[in-house]
Amino acid sequence: MLERGLEEKFYVLNLGPQHPSTHGVLRVELQMEGEFIVKADPDIGYGHRGHEHMAENRSYLQFLPNLGRVDYLHALAYNQCYCMAVEKLLELKVPERAEFIRVITCELNRIASHLLWIGAYLLDLGAFTPFLYCFDDRENILDLLDRVTGSRLTYCYYRFGGVPRDVDDDFLAGCKAFARRLRSRYRDYENLVNKNVIFLERTKGIGIISQEQCVKYGLTGPMVRGSGIPYDLRKCEPYSAYPLFDFDIPVGSTGDIYDRYMVRYREMEQSLRIIEQAVDKIPAGPIMAEKVPKRIKPAPGEVYTAVEAARGEFGIYLVSQGDTTPYRLKLRVPSFGNLSILPEIAVDTLVADLVAILGSIDVVVPEIDR
Amino acid sequence: MATAAHSVSVFGMIAGLIGVMALVAVNALFLIWMERKVSAHMQLRPGPMEVGWHGAIQTIADALKLLGKELITPRDVDKPVYLAAPIVIFLPVLVSFLVIPFSQNLIIRDMHVGVLLILSFAALTVLAILMAGWASNNKYAVFGAIRSVAQNVAYEIPLLITLMSVILMVGSFRLTDIVAAQNRIWFVFVQPVAFILYIICATAETNRAPFDLPEAESELVAGFHTEYSGMRFALFFLAEYTNMFIVAALATIFFLGGWRGPFLPGLVWFLIKVYAIIFLIMWFRWTFPRVRFDQLITLSWKILIPLALANLIVTAFVLKLV
Repeated sequence: MLERGLEEKFYVLNLGPQHPSTHGVLRVELQMEGEFIVKADPDIGYGHRGHEHMAENRSYLQFLPNLGRVDYLHALAYNQCYCMAVEKLLELKVPERAEFIRVITCELNRIASHLLWIGAYLLDLGAFTPFLYCFDDRENILDLLDRVTGSRLTYCYYRFGGVPRDVDDDFLAGCKAFARRLRSRYRDYENLVNKNVIFLERTKGIGIISQEQCVKYGLTGPMVRGSGIPYDLRKCEPYSAYPLFDFDIPVGSTGDIYDRYMVRYREMEQSLRIIEQAVDKIPAGPIMAEKVPKRIKPAPGEVYTAVEAARGEFGIYLVSQGDTTPYRLKLRVPSFGNLSILPEIAVDTLVADLVAILGSIDVVVPEIDR
Repeated sequence: MATAAHSVSVFGMIAGLIGVMALVAVNALFLIWMERKVSAHMQLRPGPMEVGWHGAIQTIADALKLLGKELITPRDVDKPVYLAAPIVIFLPVLVSFLVIPFSQNLIIRDMHVGVLLILSFAALTVLAILMAGWASNNKYAVFGAIRSVAQNVAYEIPLLITLMSVILMVGSFRLTDIVAAQNRIWFVFVQPVAFILYIICATAETNRAPFDLPEAESELVAGFHTEYSGMRFALFFLAEYTNMFIVAALATIFFLGGWRGPFLPGLVWFLIKVYAIIFLIMWFRWTFPRVRFDQLITLSWKILIPLALANLIVTAFVLKLV
């Protein structure tokens, strides 16, 4: 909490928990001098649901739907991380076709997450129209994923040992059609947003994060790549079928908001490349591992798995004591670490900049509160 | 509302006022519908479609809904000021209509200081916004009010200077004289810089995006009218749209030849031009992100005002030489 009323010239402004730009129930207590921020203090926990405790009270499989609700925007990466953790404990080998399906759906989900972020972020900056354009594109992904996963937002698709439903040729063709469609839209995004003078003025040189700060605060994902560190778990610690594909890691140079925007924007193209290669190379075969036990009861042990989610490194630390429920499950969520830098970079900025910086962190508040 | 230009008759004034009231209401209803349709089509969606032909009477339904809403007065507001602000913002808007020539004969009072009257009354809207923001006893509202005052003061200056360069050419503050002076060529072709400057300033003056900082919703929730509900909120809304009409009408009179045009009656030409300008302003809103506050003030003081002054000086020189 901030010390109140020490000096007359400062005053406290509450940004949230109900405010259009906090994207959920985040509250930032701002100590202000005029329109300048002297101190910003994020206050979290309004949406705490106790996911980690829930994991200790239900079977391994029953906890799976919870993952789609931790980060509802990139649910499939969270599914994947949890499945990988349990598979590691059970020593299951996932068939190759299932891995390919996981990669395709996970990357589609990543594009959907980035599209939503771009739209919502420009809304923060006061541009309304790109939001609808992004949603129009995102709608195609939701339709595609709806066909295979059965839901449009809080996916719960992967299972221990593979995926429960196979994809058909229509879906694969749809992925290719979507890649063509999104690429045809780049020109609009670039002309209307990426080259827009007002947009550049609002984002260049604002909210700069140095590489030292990235390391100090444990930032991951586009936050750290925007500052020029090519840290991406899909390359650094490859998992699933990612080593088979050829893709780049976009990085920024100065670490300002614009770089983080461009990193996310260019990541969509890289995801499209992965999807296209996976669709071309997808092998035939089973989609479930052979010996998946009916009752999931892994041997005692500890395991940590991490995946590259849209917002950064998502990790699960899972401890089994040979029971049907996890003994302890710890979620390492990227938004929590990423938000922690806000007090440092928000000092001496305007309220308008704070909104821009907060948006560029791309927080999903339910994931922080979890 | 048609009366002979210089005769003052009670009947004429009353008829004029009623006409203005009707025009303000119908114009606002139409503009809100137009804004929703324009924004919708720019955003790949159809917009209101249910109530009436293509949602034509949707805004009437919304206005009726607003009439039925509870008027909430928060506990700690400065009550007299809080209640007066929506009325204060609306009155100067009405007065401005007195001198606007809609066509050759359709003008309530053809005053010889018409431009000054409109601009001075337009300046009063700042007072109302400040009243609303201050009386609301809400930090976001005060923010919006402070921004609005700084913005309006900064943009009234270049606005006036650009209009001055046209007035210099005509030699009269009378709006009908300005239209009459454009019988050969519209001033938009003679003074293109002034026209562009005027459109930028007018957008800022009416608090429209990308200069909508007093009510920047992603920063200040709803700005100065955060604490207003129901019809009080609707009055702010009405004033905003009517202001838009007035600045567009001024642009038409100063740069686009007013009511002049072939074949169609003067009034029709006037309205076509006004709504074309309004469409342009709407187009800005649905295309650009919002500028930051300091950038907005910098733009005015460091770019627009010097440009407008230079334009004025060049105009003066050219007039002297010719």
